[in-house]
Amino acid sequence: MTRGTVTAAQAGLVSCEACQLLSRPANADEPGFCRRCGEELEFRRHAAIEKTWALIVAAAICYIPANALPVLNTTSLGETEADTILGGVAFLYTSGSWPLALIVLVASVMIPLGKLVALSYLLITVQRGSVANSHDRTRLYRMVEFIGRWSMLDVFVDTFTVALVQLSPLMSVAPGTGVLFFAAVVVLTMLAAETFDPRLIWDATNPHRNRHG
Amino acid sequence: MTLRSASQAVACPDCDLLQTLAPLPPGAKASCGRCGCTLARQPGGPKDLPLALTIAAAIIFVIANTVPLMDLSAVGRSASTTIVGGAYQMWMEDEAITGVLVAFCAVIAPGGYLLFMLTLLLGATRKIAPPWVGEMLRWASHFQVWSMLEVMMLGILVALVKIAELATVAAGIGMYAVGALMILFPAIAVTFDADDLWRRIEWADGAMPPEQVAGGAIPEASR
Repeated sequence: MTRGTVTAAQAGLVSCEACQLLSRPANADEPGFCRRCGEELEFRRHAAIEKTWALIVAAAICYIPANALPVLNTTSLGETEADTILGGVAFLYTSGSWPLALIVLVASVMIPLGKLVALSYLLITVQRGSVANSHDRTRLYRMVEFIGRWSMLDVFVDTFTVALVQLSPLMSVAPGTGVLFFAAVVVLTMLAAETFDPRLIWDATNPHRNRHG
Repeated sequence: MTLRSASQAVACPDCDLLQTLAPLPPGAKASCGRCGCTLARQPGGPKDLPLALTIAAAIIFVIANTVPLMDLSAVGRSASTTIVGGAYQMWMEDEAITGVLVAFCAVIAPGGYLLFMLTLLLGATRKIAPPWVGEMLRWASHFQVWSMLEVMMLGILVALVKIAELATVAAGIGMYAVGALMILFPAIAVTFDADDLWRRIEWADGAMPPEQVAGGAIPEASR
């Protein structure tokens, strides 16, 4: 493998996001389609910064009710008890399974929050044209992309608790409104990670004409 | 047959740096010289392995979705649930959107991924693969992102521990099937050589046979 210092965009080439084939578009403003797989070609994902911001803001708004509203309503012998996500973590901790409490705490509270902070940081540094720490920022992006799915954990926990504990009138569990907001946070942050274009991190190092595609 | 005889120009998907890839020995991978992103892999195993693993996964997937995941018993009453049963219960409890999302991430996305992989791997047994194989490959990678069997497995375990405080719970055959899928899904991804397949696919515009790419000439984009 040889290493140059020119990006595809600087050389007037576009890499297909689906099949990685390099193409030379006749018109830089409308790159057209990949001749091998038919995917629409873009130098950079279209309006990546604006779209990612929109998804992050929406996710941040949903994050509040996701944690404040109950995710599970347990009815036992006529008495109903509502549990938030943190309530579920506390339940696991007091019942003696602290490793599981830690896993749920990390997956449900820390990962979504970490993703929001990390993506905001990436967007701000890209918008300011930062050239520092490009390597670490790319690694941070890959981590966000890789870890994001795990925050779905609590949605699955709630689903299977509800599905199994249906022993009314003795005891039954119903989902709370918090689940919907929590699921929205997970989906919106996953979409935000997919929308962001990591190549923007390096564009300040290799400036080219067609900045934001 | 592989066309990886000549060097090939690629742009890093993470940082867009232009680089030349030399032919890779089996089992090796090439990383971007600037950001470290994996540019290409050459799986070392037999060519038929991904197809064998996909067929095995498809059979186990059917089992995982038909037999109960777990059983619960308390004071003489018992209940059990399947994966779809969990999503259906959410739907019935006025959380329709969450139910659909669970069904998508736990059944539709992994099932779709397996179906697309099975079809494209059968289509890819020809020397020159038809263009629809590429279309399938694009769909498979979209579905792969949302397939969350391993997350579901951990979620079920947490739910089991929580419920064990209140009633007697036991893992069913379905759980073991999901456990096997957790191993088979990454195994398919690791043994499958997407780069090699793309080089053998007939182009969408039909104008250029795949052999011409091997020389390293960069084609014009279609309009």
